[in-house]
Amino acid sequence: MGREVAESCVDGVIMEMVSAYCNRFYSSKPELAARRIEAIGFQVGHQLSERYTMERPRFSDHLEAIKFICKDFWSELFKKQIDNLKTNHRGTFVLQDNQFRWLTHISIDASPDNVEASQQDSSSPTSNNAAQFTSMHLYFPCGIIRGALTNLGIPCAVSADISNLPACSFVVRIKA
Amino acid sequence: MAPLAPKTGDPLFANVERVNAELFTLTYGAIVRQLLADLEEVEEVNKQLDLMGYNIGVRLIDEFLAKSNVSRCVDFKETADIIAKVGFKMFLGVTATVTNWNAEGTTCSLVLEDNPLVDFVELPDTCQGLHYCNILSGVLRGALEMVSMKTEITWVRDMLHGDDAYELQAKLVKQVPEEYPYKDDD
Repeated sequence: MGREVAESCVDGVIMEMVSAYCNRFYSSKPELAARRIEAIGFQVGHQLSERYTMERPRFSDHLEAIKFICKDFWSELFKKQIDNLKTNHRGTFVLQDNQFRWLTHISIDASPDNVEASQQDSSSPTSNNAAQFTSMHLYFPCGIIRGALTNLGIPCAVSADISNLPACSFVVRIKA
Repeated sequence: MAPLAPKTGDPLFANVERVNAELFTLTYGAIVRQLLADLEEVEEVNKQLDLMGYNIGVRLIDEFLAKSNVSRCVDFKETADIIAKVGFKMFLGVTATVTNWNAEGTTCSLVLEDNPLVDFVELPDTCQGLHYCNILSGVLRGALEMVSMKTEITWVRDMLHGDDAYELQAKLVKQVPEEYPYKDDD
């Protein structure tokens, strides 16, 4: 077992990072804040997958790499695996975590219907505050997954779907 | 009788939810890096890290008090000891040493020889003014303010700048009398 810190440390820095970018630096430009948060996640995912694959043979195909994310990578981060993996066999994979830790730790008081982290609906800013806040938090794990896969040689786009809270699905679309 | 203050944070650390420290270290590193890119001025990055820490400290103190069984400390000396032995341990899994007390017992140093924030970190020459771990000083300041102690926390030694340890100087500026959020018969 490697070194550990209290989970509240990670929760704390992520929460403050999201709030700094959304409320202080880019409060009037949510799309810029989102891009920065995703970039931070990307960096983390990129470095983590570098570390976790050091002693492994190369993955033979996309599915192998995605399975690595679902099992080993997810276990290192959340002490559990992804619960469900689906694919259309044409480059889209849906990774579902039935109880995504980083969402169960934020309190959400409105019911966010079908918020996709990749598409911001800025038409109703007030009613959508909680949903927007949640989706802002999802850019970070989306970035982590994209960074990890990019490091494994798989360029992709990643978005999140939280229509079934506390389950969270990450949709990975591999770029041809 | 009030429960005895714990002497170490080991059992607390064993009982809190823990995560892989790499995730923490790399996340913090990526944040600092992005802040440097976005804010450009190193001084501004120091300020933002301190503010992030402050906000975290304001929340962490609740978790600390709830889980640690620590009750009121008799003086700033006891407070510093508890932070070093119990607080740091419970959250970061490391302990600090308290030294360099001034005669009045209002200023001391917390020395960290092991610091999970800086695993894998090296600073480029362009970041000489950066207090990479400034989030820590913010956390202390925020947490202490919630228990009525106004403090100034400054970096004295920093291994990323070539020193042999991390040393934070904590200065008690003012002990704020406790204010209640309600008024009696008013």
